[in-house]
Amino acid sequence: MNALLSIENVSVSFAQRKRLFGGPRASLRAVDDVSAEIGEGETLALVGESGSGKTTLGHVVAGLRKPSAGRVRLRGAELGAANRALAGRAIQIVFQDPFSALDPRMPVSDIIAEPLRIQGAASKAERRARAAALVEEVGLPVDALNRYPHEFSGGQRQRIAIARALAPAPQLIVADEPLSALDVSIQSQILNLFRDIQKRERLSYLFISHDLGVVEHLADRVAVLYLGRIIELARREDIFAHPAHPYTRALLDSMPRIGKGRHRKRAIKGEMPSPLAPPSACVFHPRCPLVQDICRTLAPRFEPLAARPSHLAACHFKE
Amino acid sequence: MLAFTLRRMGQTLVVLLVMSFIIYGLIGLMPGDPIDIMAASMPGVTPEVVAKLRAIYGLDQPLMLRYWRWLMAALQGDLGFSRTHSQPVLEVLMPALWQTCKLMISSFVLSVIAALILGVVSALRPGGFVDSFVSLFAFAGISVPVFWLALVLILTFAVALHWLPASGMTNVGDGGFMDQVRHLTLPVLTLMLANTGQFTRYVRAAMIETLRMDFVRTAWAKGAGAWRVVIVHALRNALIPVVTIMALSFGTLFSGALVTETMFAQQGMGKMIYDSILSNDFNLALSGLLFATLITLLSNLAADLAYGWLDPRIALK
Amino acid sequence: MTDLATEGALASPARAIEAAQSVWSLRWRRFRHHRAGIASLAILALLVLFCLSAYPLERYLNLDSNATDLLSRYDPPSATHWLGTDEGGRDELLRLMYGGQISLLVGLLATVIGGGIGVSLGLVAGYFGGRLDSFLMRLTDGVIALPLLPLLIVLAALDLTKLGFSSEFAHSGAAGFWRIVVIIALVDWTAIARLVRAATLSVKERDYILAARASGAGALYVMATHVLPNIVTPIIVALTLTVGRVILFESVLSFLGFGIVPPTPSWGNMLNNAQELVTTAPALAIYPGLLIFITVIAVNFLGDGMQHAFDPRSERR
Repeated sequence: MNALLSIENVSVSFAQRKRLFGGPRASLRAVDDVSAEIGEGETLALVGESGSGKTTLGHVVAGLRKPSAGRVRLRGAELGAANRALAGRAIQIVFQDPFSALDPRMPVSDIIAEPLRIQGAASKAERRARAAALVEEVGLPVDALNRYPHEFSGGQRQRIAIARALAPAPQLIVADEPLSALDVSIQSQILNLFRDIQKRERLSYLFISHDLGVVEHLADRVAVLYLGRIIELARREDIFAHPAHPYTRALLDSMPRIGKGRHRKRAIKGEMPSPLAPPSACVFHPRCPLVQDICRTLAPRFEPLAARPSHLAACHFKE
Repeated sequence: MLAFTLRRMGQTLVVLLVMSFIIYGLIGLMPGDPIDIMAASMPGVTPEVVAKLRAIYGLDQPLMLRYWRWLMAALQGDLGFSRTHSQPVLEVLMPALWQTCKLMISSFVLSVIAALILGVVSALRPGGFVDSFVSLFAFAGISVPVFWLALVLILTFAVALHWLPASGMTNVGDGGFMDQVRHLTLPVLTLMLANTGQFTRYVRAAMIETLRMDFVRTAWAKGAGAWRVVIVHALRNALIPVVTIMALSFGTLFSGALVTETMFAQQGMGKMIYDSILSNDFNLALSGLLFATLITLLSNLAADLAYGWLDPRIALK
Repeated sequence: MTDLATEGALASPARAIEAAQSVWSLRWRRFRHHRAGIASLAILALLVLFCLSAYPLERYLNLDSNATDLLSRYDPPSATHWLGTDEGGRDELLRLMYGGQISLLVGLLATVIGGGIGVSLGLVAGYFGGRLDSFLMRLTDGVIALPLLPLLIVLAALDLTKLGFSSEFAHSGAAGFWRIVVIIALVDWTAIARLVRAATLSVKERDYILAARASGAGALYVMATHVLPNIVTPIIVALTLTVGRVILFESVLSFLGFGIVPPTPSWGNMLNNAQELVTTAPALAIYPGLLIFITVIAVNFLGDGMQHAFDPRSERR
């Protein structure tokens, strides 16, 4: 596979508040040594509960946060202060909350053309023309251009946010839970929009979601994140048909399916531990239904399954 | 709590040190210079003598060094000599400080009492007739120039009605307690009127806030008497932020005291600072300003600490 | 609320501009219900008109507001001198008008400059956070803790030649004017800075700002395009209140003799010789102060009205 973006051993730690009298600074590892690649035109879904570090990782890819360790490469070039302009054009981001995503004081045409304005890439007339084209591409009426965000519904706002992300003709869009704030009826419309755009523009997506159901319709590959670590990474069909990690299985089991209802046979017990004090060895062991002694003493390696080399998981008992 | 106290005290000390340096530097930028003034009073001095005097007093040294020397002396209680009073600065300062304390504390207490009454009464029915009237009064208090208020009071009570003396601290040959009170009445009244406005707004806002809270509503619902609810439940809770913010306004109060003392010829800190700057009494001006800063800083510190003690919910950062 | 329903409602393209204006027209409609605010606006307009009519009136009455005439000191009101004359035999009304121009101008300019300082510091502190934020906020706390008036007096008394200005400039009227503007601006930016910092903190993590940053936007761009326009409302209110405070500062400094230097009139320095006025011409002691009082109280009510109109929560009261 020809990698467009490669995430290499990325970690992000947040320093906690300093103690009053000395003492070591506690630090929170939101993302812990994560590596993954996204190919041209591919969608990699990043799945995990809240607190798994998926949004933080998305921010790192979008250049909003510097990784504490590791690097992100775009076509082999490391992203950093030196090529911010390049990254700003090539990677765009779409957020979860469509109400916070658009500046209430800007007309839609300015919002959509903003990336071009920031990059100084186009004249005012060119920006307007581009905004007009994009408004149509995302399925909004042309007269939306002169309106302000408060006149639009959540779904329409998300379309505007997508149009903005498309403005500089990016190669990768980080979509951070772009559907979860929307009504169910709108979700499928926006999901289809994402798919149509990908077909037309040969875009890659890093699609962040807590909902495997959404992922099933869009992803080429799925990475499951738990406590800042990728615990399973495989093609979509493999994840859904033969999940290897007990956590992935539990996620799949708790997913509502038409006809089956939501059966919680193997629902995950307990709460996600605090990332301030992650469990030792295998981080999933306190909640794992298959837990053995080895899980408490030895961290499983993240490695391919014997049956399918493209399918990686971090578990001593991967099937 | 102890750590918080210590850190706040440390901060206060640092601010005071920084301010002492800034004020020291500023005083040096004031017109005239002590040696020139000294030389002017000695006819026939030659420039050589002036230069020698400069060297003796260390005025040819760099600013940092002079400041350091002054600071070391000040820490040992030597604040220098007041040129206009021909006395050590401390001996001029202490009576002035006492006079200012009388003025500030009595007007502060009176404004707090007045503000509590007015604020509570107007918070009971926001938007009502009484509230509008109190609001107008409060805005007037905030907006009135203190010196002009003093002027109007003098015109009314001293010039027109002859009820009270317009200036000074005692009558010659009297100086009894009642005489002092009579002389303090107008200054205290001026300062009190000027402060009550802002204080009333604080009390009113805090009372409206607490009267909306659930526990107060519960008290009403349980059938507690109206005044009991207002006084015991609401006012007690509103008091903490209000008293804090009042103590924080001590700096403003001092500015008011300066004007008032000047208007009524009260020999307090404010008038002393004003006079010393007018007459180039550098040592006195410097120490006066520092004491004024110290007083404000200490009252702010006290307010902060009191807030921490009184309200355990405050997370002390 | 579905996409279709709202899409159907989007009809005329002209509505776009209406939408932008509707926020302000809504506020205007709410402001109009604040009677004190409306009255204040009218009073302020009249005051400005009053001050600006100085020159025409001077020509009309064929007077020179600066010409002293020691033979006609403290003349009572007459056909030529509508409010009488002052201690220099100059026309009181004209001097009130010209003095008002100075006082109002100082109020506006110092507010603009101090507001500029406060907005910049608040933006920088709030946006960048970290050590810079702690430093700037400690600085702000320090300045808030100071007794402002004594400090202003020192700053007003500084010898500008010692700061490297030419003696000619240091003693010019322009220097006196700008000195007041600058020193008041230098001490009165703290409230704005705190407000802007808090507002910036609440805005800076919004997704539209993250989106701009992901596109490579720098801090300056984000602050100018996204942060400031979204926090402008509370800034306007706070600046209005600052104007009132600045006018009070100017008047008290000028009154104490450290502000606008005569013969240039200002409402404050017209009361310079108040002690004399109280006995000889009490009316002259009233006019300037009354004008300051009316101006500041109108400005404060205006700010209150705007706060009321801009704050959606204030509907409940």
